[in-house]
Order: sequence, then structure tokens, then C-alpha cells
Amino acid sequence: MDYDRKAKKKKVLLMGKSGSGKTSMRSIIFSNYVAKDARRLGATIDVEHSHVKFLGNLTLNLWDCGGQDAFMENYLASQRDHVFSNVGVLIYVFDIESREFDRDMVTYSAVVRALRENSPSAAVFCLIHKMDLVQAEYRQKLFDERTNLVKERSEGFKITSFATSIWDQTLYKAWASIIYTLIPNLHVLEGYLRELAAAVEAEEIILFERTTFLVVTSVTSEIGALNPAHDRFERLSTIIKTFKQSLSRHTGLPRSSPQFAEFQVKTSRFNFFIARLTSNTYVLVVTPPGEAAFNTARINVLTARNDFANLDITGEVYPRGTGPAGAPHPASDEAAAAVAAARAAEDEDEHGSPS
Amino acid sequence: MASSYLTIPARRHGGGKSFRGHGGGYHNAASLTLERYLQDLPIAEVPTSPLRPQFHTGRLPNSKLSDGKPRLLLMGQRRSGKSSISSVVFHKMPPTETLFLESTARIQKDSMHSFMDFQVWDFPGQLDFFDPAFDVDNIFGEIGALIWVIDAQDDYLDAINRLNTTILHLQQTYPSINVEVFIHKVDGLSEDYKADTFRDVIQRIQDELSDAGYENAPVSFYQTSIYDHSIFEAFSKVIQKLIPQLPTLESLLDSLCNNCRIEKAFLFDVLSKIYIAADTTPSDISSYEISSDYIDVIVDVSEIYGWDRPSKAAENEVDGEDQIENPDAESVITLQNDSYLYLREINKYLALICLMREDSRGKKGLIDYNVGVFQDALAQVFTR
Repeated sequence: MDYDRKAKKKKVLLMGKSGSGKTSMRSIIFSNYVAKDARRLGATIDVEHSHVKFLGNLTLNLWDCGGQDAFMENYLASQRDHVFSNVGVLIYVFDIESREFDRDMVTYSAVVRALRENSPSAAVFCLIHKMDLVQAEYRQKLFDERTNLVKERSEGFKITSFATSIWDQTLYKAWASIIYTLIPNLHVLEGYLRELAAAVEAEEIILFERTTFLVVTSVTSEIGALNPAHDRFERLSTIIKTFKQSLSRHTGLPRSSPQFAEFQVKTSRFNFFIARLTSNTYVLVVTPPGEAAFNTARINVLTARNDFANLDITGEVYPRGTGPAGAPHPASDEAAAAVAAARAAEDEDEHGSPS
Repeated sequence: MASSYLTIPARRHGGGKSFRGHGGGYHNAASLTLERYLQDLPIAEVPTSPLRPQFHTGRLPNSKLSDGKPRLLLMGQRRSGKSSISSVVFHKMPPTETLFLESTARIQKDSMHSFMDFQVWDFPGQLDFFDPAFDVDNIFGEIGALIWVIDAQDDYLDAINRLNTTILHLQQTYPSINVEVFIHKVDGLSEDYKADTFRDVIQRIQDELSDAGYENAPVSFYQTSIYDHSIFEAFSKVIQKLIPQLPTLESLLDSLCNNCRIEKAFLFDVLSKIYIAADTTPSDISSYEISSDYIDVIVDVSEIYGWDRPSKAAENEVDGEDQIENPDAESVITLQNDSYLYLREINKYLALICLMREDSRGKKGLIDYNVGVFQDALAQVFTR
């Protein structure tokens, strides 16, 4: 078990020219900043390490590397081994507005070369950032152009690139795809979700990470796949995260706290709920309209909590009691068998289903 | 109940006519109005209530020009933010984009289509509406509220002078106009300075009006900014004054709150996010903010998942198994601090939002039932 935990620590390098927006995006995704708060951030000096616990025992060891030339030289020379060894992922951020793109490419090549030497198995992602500053009709063209240039200089790494902006959901799309490649046991998790979706006849089930609200994975039924909103995952991440921030202003709880335990919407076209699944995840379930279908789905999902918790990856079952301090319930309850406990949890949360 | 209110304007215009007779200089306009009044008399019912009407109503018996929509006039100095306000509130323009708005050259008329139709007239700041060539009666004749926008970040003395001239001018002819002063762009001011400015503006306006012999003028003041919810809150208050059924709505909401232990209930116009009524317990702006953001989330989510399913989806269902009992959307959020947010679609335009504490846990059935009763009551108040 200990061995497993260690193996799931991933080193993520965040690099790019000074002022390209590395710290801003990190703060928005991982520290619950809103886009306009990012203005307050100063320059990053040297490397800022942060450990982000993402899904139970997957820990992202995030190295936010200050991008000023002096630091870059330092990384590439004296700290070369230290910085570039054991890298799981390199995320390189390009500023679309940069006036000296050629020079950026030189630095990029040097970084990729260093990575090639020290961690040849690393995945490389390029974010063409600040896309909001480009007029909408030119975005795709400019993005393709830059991507091709970057690909030529990538020293044989197979890179994936994204056009991003902190002002819209593109940032979530990019980060969700990056995180997706890092999750171990993904096929097991997806298998479970598929079973659950089939059992409750859901149109769609989406698994979100708790603090970042990034999409971990999703299962979509045949009908659900017809949904014309293709960007719905990242849109949902943005919508819910923004709402969590308004909730935190309202309740006075810190922004990092979970804010809500359950969110139900029933309409004549679809039913929908988001609930805590495990300590690190939320699950979003969309079912066809109808009270019965909705309640069955809800009960099934809550019952499934334990199975998901047993999956190494998603962490312990979400402790019952919704108080900010956790407000644990008497231990006698906890001792009950898994299914009974799930039922009890269901009773605790009793609110939505009619009696 | 709705019909009894509809009769009131007729009475009110009768009163207005005699007033104008004494005013002098407006005989023409007065007789014109009277003529229109008499022409439409068969349509207007005979006034039944001897009470002086307190509220402006949705339909005026002799309103040919405006289709009977209460009119909100946005006025103020140039560049004080009038067009930005109407773009943000009625056209959902993101506040940051209002920087690029052109200066308004002629009167812009917008309408807000909802449970009650409003029209919003945005005036160019440089317009002198007391120019004799201007048809004053046409503009102010059927006005619901005059919204005067003052830029708090600018030198506002001129704005105050013009406002006072306008108020004094209107006061003789149209004494029942609600004057609403928006002390605008307060987002740029520090807390202290904001409060000082607010007090200063109120003081100056009231002093000058009482110097001119006009005590207790019906003028209300609001601090507004398009960058937060304050502008919506202010518009809500302005529009509430124009809803004749407001006391009924409030007492309905009050009794709903009492019976279900709801902390705060709002009745929202979903499209504009203006609340047309709330229960009468005092509340801070944060309750409004969260409710308004809640509507945003529901609308966004419905946009994503409310697409038209192919009919095949319906055929797959076993016949009659999934009867959709309630076509109105409803939603509950359980918050981390043991409180709840509840939303229920009331009709095409309106949604009810309730903020609840933990003691309403497990009372979902009761709340649903009571909200259903409320919905029926509301259907009787608003016939459309």
C-alpha cells in the first residue's frame, strides 16, 4: 500500500515565459481564485512547489517555475538534474501576445532537450494561453500555426496542445485532459461508472474532483451522446465553480470548503443531481424526467458510495453529517455493515424523496 | 381583484385633469388628455374606489402611445451610465463591455416583456426636455418612474441642479411621479467615501427642494454599480413600486414563509433577475445575490441539458410508467452549513426562491404543497 502511494505521486512542471500566466491558471484551478483575482498575483520567484491532493492517493507535485530569463538559465544549467528528473508531465505555457515568439521557441527547445535527457517518458502539454486577447475569428488559425511551430521543435515528444484563456471554460478543458492522463486505475473506475449508469438508466454520469471541479471521467448513454452541447463538461466545471464562490460569499465558509452537499434540479425535460460520492469526488447524474427514475438513481448512487470508496483511487467514503466541522455521528452507526451504512447515509440525507 | 385595480387610473386621470386646470399654461395638453380620456371612456370602467391610488397600474385606459406599458425613464447627465445600465439590466451585456457603448444620440426605447410589460426609455444626457418644442406631455404623461442617474465619481453639482429643476417642474403637472435617484458608479469609491457621497447627494437634493417649498418630495435614493448586484436590486425596488398587486404578493409570501419556516423568499422575474416581490422580513443584499446567482446556475444547466430529446427517447419509456406530474422546474441545494436553497418555477416568467434553515429539513412535502397553493393564488393575481 505504501509503495502504491509513492508510485502515484506525479511531478508536474509548469513552465513558460515570465508573465505568460502560469501562476494565474494554477491559482484558478487549484486555489479557487476567480479570474479577476489573478491580477493581484506577483511574479513567481524561482520555483513554487505545491502539493495538490487529487483524488485520494494521487498527489500532484506541482512545480510552478518562475519564467524570468535568469531563473530559466538556472534550471537549465546548475539545477538541470534536480528540476528535470522524474517528471511526469511538463506543461509549457505560451503567451499568444508574446512579441518575441522566436526567442520563446529557443527556450522551449532547450527545456524539451533537458527533459529528453532526464525523463524521456514524460508527457508534454502546450497551452497557447491568453486566447481571449485574439479576435474570435482568428483564434483557430493562429492556434494551428503556433501548434505546428511548437511541434517541429519538440525533440520527438508527442505533444498535445490547447488554446486556453482564464476568462472562459477552455482552461478547464485543457486541465481536465491533462489530469485524465495521470489517473491510475482509470479503466476500473470507468467500469464501475458504466455499470452504475446502466443500473439507473442515466443519460449521463460525470465524476468531478472535489476542490477543482475538474472532470475526472464520464459515461454517456446513447441518448445522452446526442446532446448538442459538446463543451458541456468544461462549461459545467466553470458554472459550478463560479457558483461555489458565490455560495462562499453567502455562507461565509472558506472558498476551499465543499460549500454544498447536494444539488438537485427537476424539470420537464431532464432531472439532474450532483452529490458527494467520496471524500474527493462529486458525481453528477442526469436522468430522464420522472420522479421515480430520479429517486431510484439517487438511492443507487448513494448506495454505490462504498464501492467507489474501496477503489484505491477515489479515497475514503465521505463522512456523514454535513456540518462544516464534519460533525461525526456516533461510532455505533459506523460499525454497521456496508450496505446498512449506505442506507443510513441515505436516511440522514433524506430531503429530496417524498415520504 | 385585478379588475378593481384596473379601474383606478381612470379616476386618477380625472384628478389630474382638474389639477392641470389650476396649473395654467397647460390647458391645451389638459384638454387633449381629457379628450382621449373621454374617447376611451367606454373601455375604462367606472371608478369604484374613492381611495387615492397608491400605485401606477399596468394598463392605462387612455394610453394609445405606449400600449399601456408603465414607462421607466432613464435620465441624467451625459456619460453618467444610463445606457450601460439599460444594456446590463435589459440586454444581459457583460458589464466590462459597456465601455465600448457609443453615446446615445436619440431616445432609445426598450421593452421588458414579462409578467407585466415595461418600457424603458433611455434619454440622451444632453437633451433639454423643457424646450418648448418638446412634447412634454408625451414623455411624462404615462410615466411609471423617473430614474435619474448621477455619476458618483464625477462632479455631481450640475446633475443635482438639473434634477431639482426637473423635479420642481414635474411636480406641478405630474405630482405622482416616482423619482428614483441612482447614485451610480459607486464601485470605484472606497467604503467611507461612498457613504459620504451618498449622504451629501441626498442632503443637497432635499435641501434645495425644501428651499423651493417642496417638502417631503417623493424621491428615493440608491447606490448602484453595474459590476455587482446593486443595480438589479435597485431596479427591483423601482419596479416593485409600479406593481399594483405588491401588497397582495407580499402577504402571500409572508404567509408562505410563516407556514414553512422559510427564512427568506423572493419572487423573481427569471429573465431580468429582478425580484418583483419578497417577504417582508428584513434581509441583506447577500440573500438577493445568492438567489440571483442560483437562477444563473439553473438557467446555465438547463441550457446544457434541456435540449430537445428525439422522440425515440420517449418511446423507450414503458407506457405510463413515468408520468411527469409537475411540468414546472424545481431545484433544491443542500448547503454545507445545513441550510437549503429551494427554487420553483411559478409560471413562464416567474420563479420562487426560498432560503431555508435546517429546521425545514424533511418538510419537503409540506413545502411543495404550500408552494402549490401559492402558485394557484398567484395565478389569480396575475391573469397572464
